[in-house]
Amino acid sequence: MGMTIVEKIMAKHAGLDQVQPGQLIEAKVDYVLANDITAPIAIKQMREVGAEKVFDKDRVILIPDHFAPNKDIASAEQCKMLREFSREQELSNYFEVGRMGIEHALLPEQGIILPGDIIIGADSHTCTHGALGAFATGVGSTDVAAAMVTGETWFKVPETMKFVLNGKLNKWVSGKDLILYIIGDIGVDGALYKAMEFCGDTVDELSIEGRLTIANMAIEAGGKCGIFSPDEKAISYVKERTDREFTPLYSDADAEYVEVKEYNVADIEPQVSFPHSPDNTKSISQVGTVPVQQAVIGSCTNGRIEDLREAAEVLKGRKVAPDVRLIVIPATQKIYLQAMQEGLVETFIESEAVVSTPTCGPCLGGHMGILAKGEVAIATTNRNFVGRMGHPESFVYLANPAITAASAVLGRIGSPDEL
Amino acid sequence: MEFKGKIWKFGDNINTDEIIPARYLNTSDPEELARHCMEDADPEFPGKVQPGDIIIAGANFGCGSSREHAPIALKAAGVACVIAGSFARIFYRNAFNMGLLILECPEACAALEEGDTVQVSPDTGSITIEKNGSVLQAQAVPPFMQNLIAEGGLMGYVKKKAGL
Repeated sequence: MGMTIVEKIMAKHAGLDQVQPGQLIEAKVDYVLANDITAPIAIKQMREVGAEKVFDKDRVILIPDHFAPNKDIASAEQCKMLREFSREQELSNYFEVGRMGIEHALLPEQGIILPGDIIIGADSHTCTHGALGAFATGVGSTDVAAAMVTGETWFKVPETMKFVLNGKLNKWVSGKDLILYIIGDIGVDGALYKAMEFCGDTVDELSIEGRLTIANMAIEAGGKCGIFSPDEKAISYVKERTDREFTPLYSDADAEYVEVKEYNVADIEPQVSFPHSPDNTKSISQVGTVPVQQAVIGSCTNGRIEDLREAAEVLKGRKVAPDVRLIVIPATQKIYLQAMQEGLVETFIESEAVVSTPTCGPCLGGHMGILAKGEVAIATTNRNFVGRMGHPESFVYLANPAITAASAVLGRIGSPDEL
Repeated sequence: MEFKGKIWKFGDNINTDEIIPARYLNTSDPEELARHCMEDADPEFPGKVQPGDIIIAGANFGCGSSREHAPIALKAAGVACVIAGSFARIFYRNAFNMGLLILECPEACAALEEGDTVQVSPDTGSITIEKNGSVLQAQAVPPFMQNLIAEGGLMGYVKKKAGL
């Protein structure tokens, strides 16, 4: 019987010829990742069992991105812990402020994660890296602590759901809309414990950025990972960034799927997720009048150069509405610099947006744009749970960068076509 | 090791931002996290939960972020066990890794009312409702997970494996 790409990657890392859904395996991991919120617990756990060294100083990645640049004294202490541990362990993949970016934008950009790899990260959006044909999944700090010591972890081999996307994208529809539409269709537990494999003509045409956005939000459907076949586009993307050897793996034609969902993307309009759940989606034409006080363009979901270009295209020659704060956060230093060189930053500032250094910041209600009681934000981020961006009685709507930029100009949720 | 506890009831899709809001994640101190446990789902919860109480919830409990602060906060708040229709997978791993007992029982939410007392038997997965004596059956803990617990959680398992 054939295997899916996820089954093949797992089998290879477990030293087995074949694995089946439901099987418990112990697998080697290529990378172990943690951030300023999750690493401190992992470091303490590692010390408590008396482990002195990480399994491989080049395979443990620490990135202070959530509450960095340090938002308060307690956060400064957490970031300091990462820094000191990284020095002590001589980690080659520690990214200090000034060199860091939001972890799931930074790692693909740096060519660190490659097709066929397994990466576990103490951050739920680790699933992003499936866009490059890697098996990437979020775990907790203790799983990271264990893997930092052993270079291994345990998995239950997931069943795979296949999502076939065909057709031509409508104007202003991007990867974000496709994944919001799917989450709206299957629900926030629609892929619980399962791998989500994306394919079809539309996917073949999508940029790597668009694929990263889709894989990023697999977790919002409960998925264990989101994964794409590493096609020529993915292979050339990583080869431009690294010389490291890798072996891409592909699903067999006779692989078994627990469910196959097919979508004609020509039916899909830009999507907006209403509070307080990512699956509470509506098409932009069905939104009605929703005034906003804040708009956020950034995050591991939509803070890449393509996202900033899309936003700038909408904002060029326009001004943010008087009652709206528009916050733009390039996800990495490189993206920030590129946005400056392309004149995007100038467009943002002329439109009266603020542009921030890379950080997860407001996405999880950390800093750089917290909502007051009763305030409403539209954001390109990934979660709109109660209190996610600030006060428990504030409201977050999720959308793509073009819709978010247009909404900032309109002062209410709307499409660039209304400008 | 059977135990008895009073239940607090929550709905479907209780996410980790409700269990412990990100605004408190600048620390991993269990006592501090416990002071804000479930705060965005029920602001009064940290004040009223008593050691040994049990949380009952619907599907997909613990969805959202990977923060281990969520099971840490629940455990430090004295929650003895969470019984839910299903658990989000990262929370599921984290709960076992941290030694927080969780049981999957899709019928529990409909069968129980807030304030009920239940007797839980983790070995068999049976949940007895005190007021009427009826018994709900939760999915038993898989053997692999029982082994993890027997080794004192994941780090105990690692310690043994790495010969530390």
